[in-house]
Amino acid sequence: MPAERLTLARALNEALRTALEEDSSVLVMGEDVGTLGGVFRVTDGLQKDFGQDRVMDSPLAESGIVGTAIGLALVGYRPVVEIQFDGFVFPAYDQIVTQLAKLHARSHGTIRMPMVIRIPYGGGIGAVEHHSESPEALFAHVAGLKVVSPSNPTDAYWMLWQAIRSDDPVIFFEPKRRYWDTAEVDLSARPDPLHQARVVRPGTDLTLAGYGPTVQLCLEAAEAAVAEGKSLEVLDLRSVSPVDFDTVQRSVERTHRLVVVHEAPVFFGAGAEIAARVTTRCFYTLEAPVLRVGGYHAPYPAARLEKEFLPDLDRVLDAVDHSLAY
Amino acid sequence: MTANGNQRPPGTDEPAVPDFADALNAFMSHREDPGMLQLLTPEGALVAPPDRTPGYDPELLRALYRDMVMARGFDTEATALQRQGELGLWPPLAGQEAAQVGSAHALRADDYVFPSYREHAVAWCRGVNPLDIIKLYRGVTNGGWDPRETNFHLYTLVVGSHALHATGYAMGLAKKGSDAAAIAYFGDGATSEGDVAEAFTFAAVHSAPVVFFCQNNQWAISEPVERQLRGPLYRRADGFGFPGVQVDGNDALAVHAVTRAALEHVRAGNGPFFIEASTYRMGAHTTSDDPTRYRRPAEVEHWRARDPIVRLRTHLSHADDTAPVFFEEVEEEARKLAHRIRHDTRILPHPHRLAVFDHVYAEGHAVVDEEREQFEEYHRSFADGETE
Repeated sequence: MPAERLTLARALNEALRTALEEDSSVLVMGEDVGTLGGVFRVTDGLQKDFGQDRVMDSPLAESGIVGTAIGLALVGYRPVVEIQFDGFVFPAYDQIVTQLAKLHARSHGTIRMPMVIRIPYGGGIGAVEHHSESPEALFAHVAGLKVVSPSNPTDAYWMLWQAIRSDDPVIFFEPKRRYWDTAEVDLSARPDPLHQARVVRPGTDLTLAGYGPTVQLCLEAAEAAVAEGKSLEVLDLRSVSPVDFDTVQRSVERTHRLVVVHEAPVFFGAGAEIAARVTTRCFYTLEAPVLRVGGYHAPYPAARLEKEFLPDLDRVLDAVDHSLAY
Repeated sequence: MTANGNQRPPGTDEPAVPDFADALNAFMSHREDPGMLQLLTPEGALVAPPDRTPGYDPELLRALYRDMVMARGFDTEATALQRQGELGLWPPLAGQEAAQVGSAHALRADDYVFPSYREHAVAWCRGVNPLDIIKLYRGVTNGGWDPRETNFHLYTLVVGSHALHATGYAMGLAKKGSDAAAIAYFGDGATSEGDVAEAFTFAAVHSAPVVFFCQNNQWAISEPVERQLRGPLYRRADGFGFPGVQVDGNDALAVHAVTRAALEHVRAGNGPFFIEASTYRMGAHTTSDDPTRYRRPAEVEHWRARDPIVRLRTHLSHADDTAPVFFEEVEEEARKLAHRIRHDTRILPHPHRLAVFDHVYAEGHAVVDEEREQFEEYHRSFADGETE
C-alpha cells in the first residue's frame, strides 16, 4: 500500500478501519461514535461501513461503557472504547482500576482483557474545563494497564493497530491538539514495537524526552537551540507504561543530561518516575539533575490562561539552560 | 390478600386458588402490585395444589434440598474455620440458600453467572470446588477458580461492578446469536450503586439477555434496606422499561420457577429481567461484623422461623412423604463435605512469593520484569542462601 497523506485523526480512523476489517471480534463503542463519527471524527464513517452491531453508540455513561466492554471482552470480543474527553474518564476509573486492570492477575491468566480505551487528551485548543487534562500518570500508576500516546500520524496508525492486537488493556492517549497535524503515512511499513521509545533527533549535549503532544515542542526546542550552538537529542517515549528506560538510559549516557517534558502536572507525574529511575541507572554519568517541564499543581486553568500552564518553547529552553548550567 | 397477592373473587363461596402464572403476568405487565410470589408457605405447605404449582416435582425439591444443606454445611464450616484463624474473612450465606440454590437450578450449563462475594451456594450448584472459594478468603489467591470451566465468574468484591460485566457479556451472547443468558447476583445495597443503574440502562437499550438477581437480605452491613431506597425494590426495573418481580427468597420452589420464567423471557429476546428475592442474612455480613450492634434479636428470630431449609424439609417430610433416610444421607454427605473442607484448608500450600509478579500482564511489562529480578536478587542476597 502506498504512503498516504493523513491527519493524525484520519490515521486513527484508518487504523480502526483496518482492525475492524481484519478481525470480526473488534468492536468500537462510545458516545457519539456512530452516526456522528465522534466529536473529533475519529470514527467517521465506521458505523456506515461496519454496522451498528460493531460500531455502537453507547448510553452516556462512562462506567457503563467500560463495564459492558469488560463483559464483551469476557465473551470473546476486542472492544475499542472511546472516552469523549480526558476529564470524562473518571466515572469509568473504578471499572478500569478495580476490574479491567486486575482481571488477568485475579484469574491467574485465564481471563484476558484485550481492550483499548482511547482518550483524546491534553490542552492547547482553548477548551472549557475538563477538556484539556493529561491524566496519564493516574493510569500508569496502575499495574495491569499499559499506557501509550502517539505523537504523529504514522505512530497514530500503527500504535492503535498494535494496541488493538494486544491482549493487555491499553489506555491510548490521543494528543487532541495534534489531531489535525498531517504527514505521509506508510500503511505498509513495519512498525516499531509498541512500547519502544525512539530517538527522533540525535544530539550530543542534552536529551529532551516527551510523548504525545510535547514531542513536536521538543523538536522545536532542539531546532531553536541550534542557533545557540547546542545539540539536543529528542526522544519520543511513545509509551508511558512501560517506559522504555533502556533507550532513555542509552541516550542519557551519551548526553549526560535529561529534561522530561509533558503537559501533565510535574508533581507525581510521569517525569518524576523517569527522573528517579534515570538517576538510579545513570547516577555517575549525569552532569545535572533530571529536570521536568510540565503543568503546575493546580487545576487546569481557564482557556485564556492555558498558555501560562502548558510547557512552551521558552520554558523548555529555560530548563535546558538550567541543566547545562550545572 | 393471600401470600401471593390474589384476593378471593367477590361473591364466590369457594376459596380462590392463587394462580402463580397470573401473578407473574401481573408483575410483568405492571398492572398491579400482586405482592410477593410464593409457592411454599413458611410452614411448608403448597399455596396451590401440585398440578397448579409450576415446576412442582418432588425430585427437583429433593435436589434443591440437598444442595441447600450441602451449602449450609460448607458455609458453617468455613465460618468456624475463620473463627479458628484459618481464614482471613468469611461472608456467611446462611439464610440465603433457597434464593441461591433455587435460581442456580434454573440455569443452563452454557449460561454465565456473575456472582458477588456471598454466592457460595450458586458456586456449589455450578460445580465450583468449595475449596477454591476458601482459597480466596484464606488469602492464597485473589481469584480461585477458572471461570471457563463452570461458567461461574470470579467473585467481584466491588459492589455492583459485575452487573455491567453481565450486561456486556449478555450483549455479546446476543451478537453471537446464542440463546444462552447471563445472570448477575447482587444485594439490596448494590442497587444504590451507579454501576447497577448503568447496567439496567445498557441492558434495556440493548435488549440484553441478562437476569438481574437481587437477594434483598434486608441489610447492607448495618444499613437496613430503607437506607437504600424508598418503595419496593423490584419496581426499580419499571423506570428502566423492563419487568421486575418480587419473590419469596426463602421459598426455593418459587425462586426456581421465577428464575426459569425470567431466563425464558430473556432468551426469547425480550430484554432484561429483574428479580428481587426477599430473604435474610441470618448471620453477620462477614466474620468481621457484629450484627448485634444494629439488629434486634426479635427480628433475627422472626426470620429464623422462616429458615428456607426447614421449610423445604417440612414440606418434603409431610406432603411428599420423603423417607427419613433421605435427610440422614444428605446430612451425612454435608458432614463429609465439611470434614473434607476442614482437612484440605489446613494443608493448602502457601503461595510462592514470586507469585506477586505472576500474570500482571498477558504480554509482559518491562517494569514488572525488572522488579521481579530485583526482588529475586534481594532474596538471594541473604547469607543463608534461602531460595524458597
